[in-house]
Amino acid sequence: MIKLDDVTITYGTGSRTLVAVRDVTLTVPEGAAVGLVGESGSGKSTVLRAIAGLVPYTAGQILLAGERVGRRRTTAQRKIVQMVFQDPYGSLHPNQTVDQILAMPVAIHRLERGEARIARALAEVGLGREHRYRYPHQLSGGQRQRVAIARALILEPRILLLDEPTSALDVSVQAEILNLLSGLRRDHGLTMLMVSHDLAVIAHLCESIGVMSRGELLEVTTATAMANNQVTHDYTRELLRSNAGFDRSSVSSSELDEVAD
Amino acid sequence: MTDTLLTVRNLSVTYPGDDGDVRAVRNVSFTLGRERLGIVGESGSGKSTTGRAIMGLVGRPARVVADELRLGDIDLRVLSEAGFRKLRGQRIAMVLQDPKYSLDPVMSVGQQIAETHRAHLRSSARDARRAALEMLQAVHIRDPERVYTMYPHQVSGGMGQRVMIAMMLIADPDILIADEPTSALDVTVQTKVLAIMDDLVRSRGMGLILISHNLHLVSSFCDRVLVMYAGQVVETCEAANLSEAKHPYTRGLLAALPQLGNRRIELPQLQRDPAWLTDLP
Repeated sequence: MIKLDDVTITYGTGSRTLVAVRDVTLTVPEGAAVGLVGESGSGKSTVLRAIAGLVPYTAGQILLAGERVGRRRTTAQRKIVQMVFQDPYGSLHPNQTVDQILAMPVAIHRLERGEARIARALAEVGLGREHRYRYPHQLSGGQRQRVAIARALILEPRILLLDEPTSALDVSVQAEILNLLSGLRRDHGLTMLMVSHDLAVIAHLCESIGVMSRGELLEVTTATAMANNQVTHDYTRELLRSNAGFDRSSVSSSELDEVAD
Repeated sequence: MTDTLLTVRNLSVTYPGDDGDVRAVRNVSFTLGRERLGIVGESGSGKSTTGRAIMGLVGRPARVVADELRLGDIDLRVLSEAGFRKLRGQRIAMVLQDPKYSLDPVMSVGQQIAETHRAHLRSSARDARRAALEMLQAVHIRDPERVYTMYPHQVSGGMGQRVMIAMMLIADPDILIADEPTSALDVTVQTKVLAIMDDLVRSRGMGLILISHNLHLVSSFCDRVLVMYAGQVVETCEAANLSEAKHPYTRGLLAALPQLGNRRIELPQLQRDPAWLTDLP
């Protein structure tokens, strides 16, 4: 469903070129859920944005549903891939009601029965009619993220890209959103690619996990292998270690030293 | 817990609102010795407000009342703003979540650290500079001379938080309140910053209050944990025994956490009981 062949993404030109993602090759089969982990600046979000068409890629190719997608996309190509961002407060228009927010993609894609679509999308994410004419600031963080998910679903995409969808939420709300996402995936056969820094969250939703560092995809492993500590890269091991909680004995004093760059 | 550094008894913080008063903190009581105390809870549980009330940072129109709020021999309930200014930094210090916002953007980080030293210890510019460089070294910055001259936008998040810790500890306070000190950092950087904080707090015999939403972090880092819900402390336990917590709220939170190696199709969702909101005896 998603196929990346040697994708390289760069920002800037000439001597100021920055390679954000280098030669990434990744396949996500239809209906699968794959996670990407890595430190900040590792390029994981950039990969997502390139798939969504938000940033152009410099080399390689991206195939969605077997079709090569580039910088300019047709409406149909845009419709099959939708994205949910980390901070629902930043990604929802503050001066638009939920109804207006959801009506926008329907209008852009000239879909019919907009009214019914909005009602159905809201019901699917567990929001009631009373939420439809509210503004984002009148909703809780979890409800806002539900609106962002509804906005992505209203176009009936086949691919859902998730960029840290729960990291701005409380633990109890995170559980609700994760349950919602796995239910939606089951019901719609969605293909998912998710970025998170929380290994447990990724392993909950995804079968395979790709580890990124400095723009490169180091390894693709399974959630089960992660849980059993079967990882090959140091960075992945370190991720696992910090995921287990704080252990003073896991860091030696010499490892604490830091030089400014 | 041989000696008590801080005593809090029935602390309440109330914000007046259009629809009646909002009680952000309700009858919170605890004591802090030379130990690491964790306060966990979700957003709005009052954990940060508790920390700010101790620092004297909850301003009007909020009301802070307590039966006892004592730092050593100082009664914080009657302390003036000038008194608090002297106290903050020297006796009790606070590290906040994001160094990007808590550091002064137009002053080099070294000068900021030195300023704290000068303000509290009335030291000369030269002594303050030397102390700041020593402090930068203590937080494991290998090239303190260079970092001293850098501005906050030039340092990474982890480095910024090291600078914050250096600044907070330079006047040798008894208590450090760390409010989500590593939430804005990468997981791998988190461990290092926590280790530095842990080493310094231990070697100086300080008391530490770690405020966080992260149950794993608090249970693995602290000695003792307070769990807050809707402004009240619903449970206090040894950090190592947090997994055996008794209150249904704590248990619900723990169950709702996804676990590596224990994949459940559906995560149990927290069912909030209105009874948790009633005042505890």
